[in-house]
Amino acid sequence: MTQVLAATIPDAITFVIAAAICVLGALGVVLARNPVHSALMLVMTLFGVAVLFVEEDAQFLAAVQVIVYAGAIVVLFLFVIMLLGVDQKEAIERDPLPAQRPVAIVVGILGLVEVLLLARGHWPTGARSVSGAIGSPAANVGLIGRSIFTTYLLAFEVTSALLVVAVVGAVVLSRRPRHVLGESVPPAGPAVTSDDEADGAGDAGPDHAGAGTVETVSAGGEEDSGELADSEVTTP
Amino acid sequence: MSIAASWYLTLAAVLFTIGAIGLLIRRNVLVMFMCVELMLNAANLTFVTFARRLNDIAGQTAVFFVLVVAAAEVVVGLGIIVSIYRRRPGATADDIHGMKG
Repeated sequence: MTQVLAATIPDAITFVIAAAICVLGALGVVLARNPVHSALMLVMTLFGVAVLFVEEDAQFLAAVQVIVYAGAIVVLFLFVIMLLGVDQKEAIERDPLPAQRPVAIVVGILGLVEVLLLARGHWPTGARSVSGAIGSPAANVGLIGRSIFTTYLLAFEVTSALLVVAVVGAVVLSRRPRHVLGESVPPAGPAVTSDDEADGAGDAGPDHAGAGTVETVSAGGEEDSGELADSEVTTP
Repeated sequence: MSIAASWYLTLAAVLFTIGAIGLLIRRNVLVMFMCVELMLNAANLTFVTFARRLNDIAGQTAVFFVLVVAAAEVVVGLGIIVSIYRRRPGATADDIHGMKG
């Protein structure tokens, strides 16, 4: 505590408040029952970390943290939560590994104690990089840009390839299969292959779900052929 | 004088531990994913702390790349989760054992 108090008073106050926000948000992510509350608590933690970034002269990263993490990633989480439904209970009662939770807590706390003991001065850092010093806070963006576009240019280009792969992968993963295979529709249980049919399938029972997909597919085919037939009829 | 680096490292260790414990004790796949994000943020905080302590901009560059990788990981992971839930609604992490030997 003496080190915190040795800092200037605004720095100490900022650190304590931001750290409290971070820890409370992290605990909220883990302990909240509702996934939406978890996502909002995650936003709280991310804002706290952004404040700490500003405190540590990383202004560009603080802005990116708020824009990318809180603005894009958590919104993506919320979209998926809303898409999939939030009223899903966690199946605690049929836990296949009943000892996992206490063991996880004990192992986690042991790891924390170990890291804290190791952090008391054992900081092997190796040679300095060639990227340059941090510099003044006003030059932060320029220095990061110079570092990325000179020293780490290859990594930056590989990053662009990674983003393209991620976009293509997301499209392929979430694409609805055009021809429903036999194994992709289990015979028992409400197999929902389309979001539009989710309500209807839930009302009409599980048997209707598989048939509904086939019906829509065949209906689409009939519609096309019907239009063709109409055009053929009306042309002469 | 600003805050000593060890306080930031302690906070990062606490955040990482909370994320790791949450990843192990939760069963909701989405919440587990958020716990992974918590752990990534703890690592980012460590990077920035050492960047300031060693006066080296490379730590902040590393955080930039971690952010990009985290975004890509979230996109692909949420795609996988959506496809799993579309096939079997209400699945928790224990129900996804199709590849178990």
